[in-house]
Amino acid sequence: MARLTGAQMTLESLQREGVDTIFGYPGGVVLPLYDTLPQYPGIRHVLVRHEQGAAHMADGYARASGRMGVCLGTSGPGATNLVTGICTSWMDSTPVFALTGNVTRSLLGKDGFQEADITGITHSITKHNYLVMRPEEIPLSIREAAHICQTGRPGPVLVDIPKDVFQEEAEFDWTEQINLRGYKPTTEGHAGMIRRAAELINQATRPIIIAGHGVIWGDAHTELLELAEKADIPVITTFLGIGAFPESHDLSYGWLGMHGMFYANMAADQADLVIAIGMRFDDRAMGRFKDFNPGVKIIHIDIDPAEIGKNFPAAVPIVGNAKNVLPRLSDLTKEAEHQDWRSWIDQVREEHPSLHIRESRRMLPQYVVRTLYDETNGDATIVTGVGQHQMWAGQHYFYKRPRQLVTSGGLGTMGFELPAAIGAQVALPDAETWAICGDGGFQMTLQEMAVLVDENLPVKIAIFNNGYLGMIRQWQHLFYDRNLVDAAMTQPDFCKLADAYGIRAIRVETKAEVAPAIQEARAHKGPILLDFQIDQEENVWPMVPAGAALSETIEAPAEELAR
Amino acid sequence: MNPSANGSRARHAQHTVVAIVEDKPGVLMRVASLFRRRGFNIESLTVGYSEAPGLSRMTIVVDGASAPVEQVEKQLYKLIDVVKVTDLSNEDMVARELAMLKVRCNNVNRHELLDIANVFRADVVDIATNSIILQVVGDEDKIDGLVKMCEPYGIRELSRTGRIAMVRGAKTTTVHEPEPEKIAKFHATQGRRVEGELPFSSD
Repeated sequence: MARLTGAQMTLESLQREGVDTIFGYPGGVVLPLYDTLPQYPGIRHVLVRHEQGAAHMADGYARASGRMGVCLGTSGPGATNLVTGICTSWMDSTPVFALTGNVTRSLLGKDGFQEADITGITHSITKHNYLVMRPEEIPLSIREAAHICQTGRPGPVLVDIPKDVFQEEAEFDWTEQINLRGYKPTTEGHAGMIRRAAELINQATRPIIIAGHGVIWGDAHTELLELAEKADIPVITTFLGIGAFPESHDLSYGWLGMHGMFYANMAADQADLVIAIGMRFDDRAMGRFKDFNPGVKIIHIDIDPAEIGKNFPAAVPIVGNAKNVLPRLSDLTKEAEHQDWRSWIDQVREEHPSLHIRESRRMLPQYVVRTLYDETNGDATIVTGVGQHQMWAGQHYFYKRPRQLVTSGGLGTMGFELPAAIGAQVALPDAETWAICGDGGFQMTLQEMAVLVDENLPVKIAIFNNGYLGMIRQWQHLFYDRNLVDAAMTQPDFCKLADAYGIRAIRVETKAEVAPAIQEARAHKGPILLDFQIDQEENVWPMVPAGAALSETIEAPAEELAR
Repeated sequence: MNPSANGSRARHAQHTVVAIVEDKPGVLMRVASLFRRRGFNIESLTVGYSEAPGLSRMTIVVDGASAPVEQVEKQLYKLIDVVKVTDLSNEDMVARELAMLKVRCNNVNRHELLDIANVFRADVVDIATNSIILQVVGDEDKIDGLVKMCEPYGIRELSRTGRIAMVRGAKTTTVHEPEPEKIAKFHATQGRRVEGELPFSSD
């Protein structure tokens, strides 16, 4: 055992946990850690421009790669700036490890300069957090935190270390063993329940699978495909579940929810059996709870027992990892054909093709997304912000693999796109990564463009610039009697901004310029920004108005289609 | 004599949940903050050491109308520091609470009050010329009864501990899972302020 400082122990422990990248921002109390960083060349530090960016980058890194992302902030404002990012990862269950410094132990609780009770603040948005009061506690704290972060239902953790704990020396005592009496995730799935689920599947005439984020995090997309094909069950996904099932597959019927495909919503509403896998029946996905498909039977498979029965009663609850449960379920499921049921959905799709893009001389945002899909052969990693552009990116790009779409679903964090795309690009340096941004959200975190230049990351930024907070304008238009209040925004010249950061930029003003601009961006080696001046008043359709049921999904009104 | 000797009688729509939790700083806050965030109403919460070193026993009485007890249990289990949760609502249990009442009295009515105390098997733990402290143990109904009887005299102060409960018979809510020594030591001290060297003693 060697004697190490707390700072060395921190980095040594992170390295042993397999951490190769930290997204961070220095400050007074973490200086001992920064002082030690050069001793650990195996850990790359990415200097962000705002700690919120660090948390989103760690999140994007995790979502794109499946590995734990690490962010670092100093005490006080550094720590509180991480909070939005931590909460984003909490709502979407992604493994983000937040490391913060705090004031010297003797000042804790005395309102010292830049003191914030960050463990108290993040209690309700982390799986667990640690305040480390002795250097010898560092290895096990980090080990336990990393374990909690990545196992069971993943989620963020936070480890807070006072400055003098970083500085103090102690014996470094690493132990592989962990023993958490209060943390024993159930991953196997109950055999009796799986049998009952198989019976229900074998009896069903209109079964549907709703696949969520848990399929992606459980690495169970292959197992899902096997089950769906064997029992001939149509598959729809949640918004975060996009990529869990190849959208080009015959059994794929898109995704459901507020802006989901009309036929996906109808299929969910008309099914006699819902097989919900790794999803949590969010209100944005299910519409008005009490009127969702009355009489449907639900098989709910989730690794978190608290999700089962939270919003909907499950006929068969199965607590476990999709990767373990699905093959056992497939084994007991009979090969079947649901020709009538699929024809019914096919017909709804034919009559209500939600993804048809109308002919128009305007630069429709749907057209931009579809062109991007065509130009990139559907292979790019797409990272979005929140709002209209997010929905169009979900609808009109067709995803073929898990982790291909990185988006903030649960918390709906505007400004997520650019830093998350940076994290995704750091995790997968060779993947073509597009940040699809709203003109509003982009301005919340645009300072991270500096990181693209620092690290020479070839992220392609596509701003969907309609001069509005588009979703706000859409809601004010539809539900507030067209009373547009603070929906319009005077935007800066995004191309000049990019130029100021040393990033190449192209303003795209006509439909004819869309494809050439995308081709040019793809050919460009470094980062590039495309400012798409999209049609200003296009709305996202279909739509389940807030508080309506899935069966009440409305489609684009005729007058809008005539625009 | 005891007005409600049957301690197992549960009040309408109440749930008694026993949680075995790690005896660590911040655990009470985690539990309280969970209940607040999920909108579960706490009627009472009592916490103290348990039979196992390093573990505390929390008895929580939840307003059943505010949340299905199953969700309360599952959400509690999600806290890493919560080791075991048992819902006693459907068990044959003994539930008790301790209360102290400081009641106004004088030489004229003191005897009446002592008679009432006697009926409720309350102890007199302090007596002065114009007040008396009664200590009573029982279920909530019994304590409510004593409070009601004392009200006409004037209650100056009332303090109640909240419910603690145990299942009748040999069944327990105990955890039998010893930790490896090194990890037990880590969990016993993790996050606690170092005594002596710092201006604060351990939480």
